[in-house]
Parts: sequence; structure tokens; C-alpha cells
Amino acid sequence: MTHWITVISFIALLVSGVEILISHPRFYWGEVGNSGTPPLFKIPIPSSRATVPTGYGYVLPDQNGWSRYLHFEAAWVLVLTGLVYIISGLWTRHFRKNLFPAPADRKWRAFRSVVAKHLRLAAAENEADSRSYNVLQRVTYLLVIFVLVPLVIWTGLAMSPGFNAAVPWAVNSLGGRQSARTLHFFVSLSLVLFLVVHVAMVVLTGFASRMREMITGVAAVPQERT
Amino acid sequence: MSKISRRKFVTAGLAATAGVSSLAVAANLAKRYGLVPPDSSGIYGPGETLTYAAQRLLARHSLAREFPRSMISKVPFANSIAPLNDAFKRLQAGAFADWRLSIDGLVARPASLSLADLRSFPVRRQITEVVCEEGWSYVAEWIGTPLFEVLKACGVLPHARYVVYFSIDPDWWESIDMADTQHPQTLLAWSMNDGDLPVAFGGPLRLRVPRQLGYKSVKFVTRLMVSDSPKGFVSALDPKSPNFGYAWYAGI
Repeated sequence: MTHWITVISFIALLVSGVEILISHPRFYWGEVGNSGTPPLFKIPIPSSRATVPTGYGYVLPDQNGWSRYLHFEAAWVLVLTGLVYIISGLWTRHFRKNLFPAPADRKWRAFRSVVAKHLRLAAAENEADSRSYNVLQRVTYLLVIFVLVPLVIWTGLAMSPGFNAAVPWAVNSLGGRQSARTLHFFVSLSLVLFLVVHVAMVVLTGFASRMREMITGVAAVPQERT
Repeated sequence: MSKISRRKFVTAGLAATAGVSSLAVAANLAKRYGLVPPDSSGIYGPGETLTYAAQRLLARHSLAREFPRSMISKVPFANSIAPLNDAFKRLQAGAFADWRLSIDGLVARPASLSLADLRSFPVRRQITEVVCEEGWSYVAEWIGTPLFEVLKACGVLPHARYVVYFSIDPDWWESIDMADTQHPQTLLAWSMNDGDLPVAFGGPLRLRVPRQLGYKSVKFVTRLMVSDSPKGFVSALDPKSPNFGYAWYAGI
């Protein structure tokens, strides 16, 4: 349930985020940056603002009104859903049981063997394997849940003038407002990368049955989860 | 239907009822304490209300960051503006000596002030960042008259809730709530970086609201209207406004 709400809000955030980015596809480091200062890097796309020197001879239509409304509403949905997920995950010990690497896997050797297996594209060897998350999945999911998502929220909030007035260290510790914006871009990019790999893995491991399980919450082959 | 699913059903029903009724209570409380923005209807209303209510509850009096002199941008960025009208050009030809700021609406003493009148109020200088919703920003020193000083002189009536402020450009206005009008950093700026406020940056008079995005800092301000409702003047709801579709509250 929380998964699908998160999917919807993530897609809304991605679409509106790209739309907002188009109004100024330049990135800076530090507190300030604008069309009159040298950028850290530019994204070679046309802009929705005539004031941005893009090299293109035309300006895209401005869609920031609804994009910004949607971006911040979807952010609220993501944050509130995330809180429900974290609290229920702690309550049901989901993180400890299913996501924190099993004792045997908390070693470099175990980690390396899983990575090697993935590189050979070996399928899950037995039922038990395919029923629980392997160590690579666990580390990735933990990274997304406890590092990337909190970071994307933090760097997003650090661009809000109202929030920065209340909590100045949130932006100062990142090196300034433009640094926060640049970091927000890269963390978002990492989340998109995760999404692509995640969806690809689901498709590779049997789309129909995985979807049936995720939507109903019931395993296709009824058996104890290990 | 097994026993467990029936119990689950009852629990979920109770939880949903509790959720809906506490939402209703929260909505009523929010309305009473002025935590609902004017553009709270429609599909984006809940998000806007959460943001506005959270910031008004938790950070009503917080100050926008002020920067050391060394961080003032060497090249501040002058955003593009619509062509200036004849009324502006006439005043500009007279070095803005006849520029007036009128204050009307829910005030005991409506007034019309010249720039010299404004300068006779207590002066505030602040080095703050202009943050555009597009993503760019710059830091400048802004010198001017705190809005609350002018409002105090005019005697704001108790049922006032918003101030709508107008540019000399007839298609340009914005509005803020009383929390922002009474905020010490909300500034009627007539000077920037120790010179007169350049026209490109909103001179001779710009209302700076540093806790909100740049589009709330209207340039060439000529009129303040104190009101109990921003109806008809919320640009997000008004298709005639150049800011059509933008959120009313821009503190994010």
C-alpha cells in the first residue's frame, strides 16, 4: 500500500521536478548563482525562460505554476507515507527481519559472492533464495530508505526560503542554497537510477507473479518466508 | 470471510472514522487560527495548506538569513520586466519626486506618501538573498522602510487579514498575510547596495519579502490595500494576473 502511494508521488515529483529544472537548467555551487555568474555545469536543453542563455533560439512554455504546486503536494504525500512506512516497519520489525543483512551476510566475502553472482546473471538457485531479499538488495533498499530519500527531502527543504529562515543550518551545512539545489539534482538522479534498476529486476524475475504478490500482499507460492 | 478479516475490517473502519473526524477537527482549527491559504481549494489545496500551516505554526517569527557584507553579489541579476508604461516614464523623467505610495482599505488614516516621506520613517538595512522560483539567486543589501512602520502610522483596523500591494504596472500585484506584514524584514525598499534602487531591480520602490520567493517582491509599488480578504487579488486564482497559476504562499 505505502509502496504504490510512493510510486505515484515519486513519478509526480520526477515529472514536476524536470519541468521546474527546465526554467533554469544551470547548476552552481555555494550560496548564489544566476545567468550572470559562471555555472558549475549546464544541461544542454532549451529553457522555459528567455533570460537563460541556452544557445537555443527558442523558449519553451512556462509550466512552473502547476509543476510547483504538484511538486510540493507530492513531497508531502511522500513524507507522510514514508513516516507511516518507517513506523510500521519498526513496529513489525520489517527492517530487522527482511532488510538488515542477515548475520552470515555481514561480511565482505558474502557481499562479493552475491555481486559476482549478479554479474554472471545467475538466477536464484532455490525457492528460499527467491523468497527473501539477498544482501545486495537489502543494502540497496536500506540506502534508498535511510540515506537517499532523507537526503532528497533535506536538500529540497534547504531551497525553501521560509524553511531556511527557521532552520538556517539546514542550508548552511550544505554549503549554501545553490549547493543544496545541485545536490538535490544528483540525489534525485540516483533515485531515478535505482528506479530503473529496480523495475528492470522486477521484470527480469517475472513481472506477472511479482505484481500479483505486491498488489495482494500474498505470495504466489504459499509458504513461510525465510 | 474468516474471523481475522472481519476483525481487520472493523479495525480499519474505526481507524478511518477516527482519521476523517480528526481531519475535520484539524481543518476547523486551522481555519480559526488563520492557517489556511487563500488558494486552499482544488487538488493542490491540501499540500499548500500543510506547507502554510506548518510554517505559520512553527516559524511565524523566524528571520530570513542575513549575510555578511563580503557575500553581496558583485553582479546581481536583474530579471526581465514588462515594458514600463507612460505613467512610469513620466515619473522617471521627474526623478521620481512625484512618486506616491497610497495606503487605503482597512486603515484608520488612509495616506499618500512620497519617497521623502517614506525616508522619514525608521530605516532598516538588511543583506538578504533574492531567491527566484526558477532556481537562481543573488545577495544584495536592501535599505528601506519596514512595512509595519507605515501600517502602524496608518492605524490598521483589527479585522484586517491581508495587505494587497500593487505595482504601477496595472497587471501586477501580490498579497501577504498579517504575519508577513508585521515581520521586521518585510521592507519597502528604496535603496540597494548603498545607491538608489535601480529601475531594473524595482526602483524607485519595491516591497521585499525575503522569507518568500522573488515573485512576491513586487517592483514599482504604488499602492497598499489593507483588506480582510484577498478575494479578486490572489494571482494564483486570477487568470488576468501575470503570475497566473503560481502558488499564493511562496515561502514553500
